[in-house]
Amino acid sequence: MVRLLLSLMIFWSAQSLAVIETYEFSSTDLELRYKALSQELRCPKCQNQNIADSNAPISRDLRAIVHEQLEAGATDEEIIEFLVDRYGEFVRYRPGMDSNTLWLWSAPIILLIMAVAVVVTQIRKDRDRQTISSNAERANRLREKFDGDPS
Amino acid sequence: MQPLKRFLPLAAFLLLVVLLVRGLSLDPTELPSARLGDSLPDFNLPVLGESVSRQAEDWQGEPALINVWATWCFSCRVEHPYLLELAQKGVTIYGLNYKDDPEKALVWLDDLGNPYTETVVDKDGLFGLDLGVYGAPETYVIDGLGVVRHRHVGVVNEQVWNEQLAPYFEAGIAAGGSD
Repeated sequence: MVRLLLSLMIFWSAQSLAVIETYEFSSTDLELRYKALSQELRCPKCQNQNIADSNAPISRDLRAIVHEQLEAGATDEEIIEFLVDRYGEFVRYRPGMDSNTLWLWSAPIILLIMAVAVVVTQIRKDRDRQTISSNAERANRLREKFDGDPS
Repeated sequence: MQPLKRFLPLAAFLLLVVLLVRGLSLDPTELPSARLGDSLPDFNLPVLGESVSRQAEDWQGEPALINVWATWCFSCRVEHPYLLELAQKGVTIYGLNYKDDPEKALVWLDDLGNPYTETVVDKDGLFGLDLGVYGAPETYVIDGLGVVRHRHVGVVNEQVWNEQLAPYFEAGIAAGGSD
């Protein structure tokens, strides 16, 4: 039991050590924007993390920049533009629309249109088949009728 | 329609093969610098070990490498001998001592040799940030007008030099060799 508690405590402390530095904000609004921005900005070094989660030195620097510029009154767009200027569109998890990301943004719409087209043609085909088979049935019935009455 | 339909699975398979092969050969860590084609951002930084400072204009005139290094960076030690070799060949290499202790940096150059024409000290990494540096080592190529032409992230070795960096110097080195 004591051992369990001890190991729990060790894990607990390791976790609290790993916590990323905190910033003081002059308003909760700024703090919320900081959280949103740091989750939306991508760490250039550790490519699958946002700067909020990353422990890389560059993420630390970028968080400091975001904090500093927020406090200085910069808008979200200005901060993002500042970083895109230096690190490219790569730093955005929601990249803007340009020739590189055209496919990325349009693919869902194209896929949706394709899916609708497939469903519509399938439905039409089914309907045609039904009409054809009912036509065939009628022809059969008529044929039977006339064949049965050779006058 | 029928014979075409028969080849549909094959076509889909081939398309998939093309996509997957392309996916394997792409290097997702390859990140072109956002500064390519732009002039070097303005800076005013002290020269390591001297009491003068340098601005972006001071590094114009001939193509050069800007090598971002620090004593805390292990790979910088790995590439250091090759940088010395390049310097001996006559390549101008400017050092950017990035977020480092200048004292340690001086000792490092004293111990390992100094391949840099000069090194500027970017202690808080603010010039590095303007340049788009996200770690060390990184090596930039600037042309004679001080425009950023290429960025290589990671160790510079013979292969990297031959394939990526040397093309920017061909003319410059030839000219340099004649005087």
